[in-house]
Amino acid sequence: MKPVFMTYTKKDLINLAVCMVLSVLVIPTFITTEYWYTSILIPWLCLALATIGQQVVMGYTGQLALGAAGFMAAGAFAMFNLILRVPDLGFVGSLIVSGLIAAAFGILFGLPSLKVRGIYLMVATLASQFFIIWMIDKFGWFKNYDSSGIITAQDIVILGKPFTTPLAMYFVCLAVTTVLTLLAMNMARGSTGRNWMAVRDMDIAAESMGVSLLKTKVQAFAISAFYCGVAGALFAFCYLKSLEPVAFDIKLSFKILFMCILGGLGTINGAFIGAAFILLFPVLLNAVGNNVFHGAIDATIISSIEQVIFGGLMIIFMIYEPLGMAKLWENIKQKMSLKFQSSNVKDLKSSLSKKS
Amino acid sequence: MVDELLFFMEVVVGGLLAGTMYSLVALGFVLIFKASATFNFSQGAMVFFSVLAFCGFMQDFNIPFVLAFILAALLMVVVGLCTERLVLRPLMNASEDTVLMATIGLGYVLEGLAQAAWGVEVRRLDLGIGDFPVPWIADNLKLFISALDIFAGLVAALMIIGLFLLFKYTKIGLGLRAVADDAGAASSIGIPLKHIMLLVWSAAGVVALVAGCMWGARAGVQFALVDLALKALPVLIIGGFSSIPGAIVGGLIIGATEKVLEVYIGPFFGGAIEGWAPYVLAIFFLLYRPEGLFGEKIIRRV
Repeated sequence: MKPVFMTYTKKDLINLAVCMVLSVLVIPTFITTEYWYTSILIPWLCLALATIGQQVVMGYTGQLALGAAGFMAAGAFAMFNLILRVPDLGFVGSLIVSGLIAAAFGILFGLPSLKVRGIYLMVATLASQFFIIWMIDKFGWFKNYDSSGIITAQDIVILGKPFTTPLAMYFVCLAVTTVLTLLAMNMARGSTGRNWMAVRDMDIAAESMGVSLLKTKVQAFAISAFYCGVAGALFAFCYLKSLEPVAFDIKLSFKILFMCILGGLGTINGAFIGAAFILLFPVLLNAVGNNVFHGAIDATIISSIEQVIFGGLMIIFMIYEPLGMAKLWENIKQKMSLKFQSSNVKDLKSSLSKKS
Repeated sequence: MVDELLFFMEVVVGGLLAGTMYSLVALGFVLIFKASATFNFSQGAMVFFSVLAFCGFMQDFNIPFVLAFILAALLMVVVGLCTERLVLRPLMNASEDTVLMATIGLGYVLEGLAQAAWGVEVRRLDLGIGDFPVPWIADNLKLFISALDIFAGLVAALMIIGLFLLFKYTKIGLGLRAVADDAGAASSIGIPLKHIMLLVWSAAGVVALVAGCMWGARAGVQFALVDLALKALPVLIIGGFSSIPGAIVGGLIIGATEKVLEVYIGPFFGGAIEGWAPYVLAIFFLLYRPEGLFGEKIIRRV
């Protein structure tokens, strides 16, 4: 395929256009129930963004990290404090700065990755998860000395206009996610991403070829934490509409890890697929429980079954398709196009034979 | 001055004994890592699963204590068998990270199954040993040390001695060590790999059950046990992943340090630093001695 614009092929641009039309025009016109925006689309975009952050560090750079929710909490509470204490920054400015604050934490807790890898690194990153949550919990300043434990998030105001309806918040999330996703795709395709992947595939070989391990790993952790921080801020302000450290506990970190792995390591679209699956599957299971069995099955049992299925899928994917759902999708597309092509060839042959 | 010293002693001894509880969990990790170089992330879930099953047998079916324990142990053997068949064998040639992620999935399966079968509410587990200071020690040495802690320490010591003897002096132990050293070479001289794996996973399951009983008696049998078991990870990093004595010493270090830090430094930061102090301690260990105190040096071939 020939590149058309900035080394993007025609197919890439068409994909982008289709996605934009779908999300900007089709979804707002056809989906009118608030439930879809507040409970599915907004958290999907936020969690997909956090999963991209996890992808950067885990899928692209190959560093086993398990602290995404900690960075999300850092981003969310940074946002709260920035809007509260530095109102001149505005929403977008605060969002960027809170991402940067999360990135600072990412650099700090990413440093052990220079020494260790695998499960060792996982333990080191767990420290970030527990430390950040504890810090927010214990120092009243972060919560503006609110004693109730749950703080209401401020309304989103951009350039003097309030964005408080579900649809408006959806557009805010969509805009941020689109910009950051395009950025991530560009990074992944460019020299930055090549360095990440070189480190992932064989760090010693990468180093001997002149890729600086220090720079690459720290950069990956910083960018990952930035994405998680922004995602956390959006998650708190658009979805939860409140801030509490408990919302960002280790369970959320595991959830994002699952989204990343089931979606497909080392892919950006995998982040969206994985997030959609992990988010929608429980909804589906609950609907089945309510409509097919009419509530005969206890809700706790349904959530336990959901856990069993997620775990089981994880094992199955590790055995049969370690590259996750994105790869599965790719395979299906390839098979379809092959079939399509072969049928085209048959048509051509039959028409030729008719002519002769 | 004497009182302060006594208090310090009490904190340290209490921490050390609580640390043996971490050691018990860490022991399960080490067993599997030693034999198969697999990091079993589901060990925490196994602790939860086994003790919940134990409680379920006792409280829902009114099975007597000893029989319920044996049934739960048998259940863990079945879990080990299924794991070996369904998870480990297909992943025989996969990379370490892949197997690690599969065991995270396994942990989810076990947690879900346990909750689906036995419910989500907190269960009380009574071992017949109270979690209160032993009067004799309190009177004579002026130290307040919980009977449960002492019991856990004794159980841990017994298990270590048992495992040590098993590894050192039995034919099975020799086979285990051979497989740990080089699985391919071991199977080529006729050591049945499958049996060894099954044995190791069953042993880890029983260790998980014992650890679960100790934790359950203290904190109640509940989902939080899984998170508690995560603390076995810093223990392993400090002690080394492949060393049984390391698991014990690591547990003792973590237990004592976390208590001392909590009591003497915690108040300056509003307390509850127990939650992350072990992990930060582990990071410092990683920076200076990545293989842990007793672990073998990690050598990576290019």
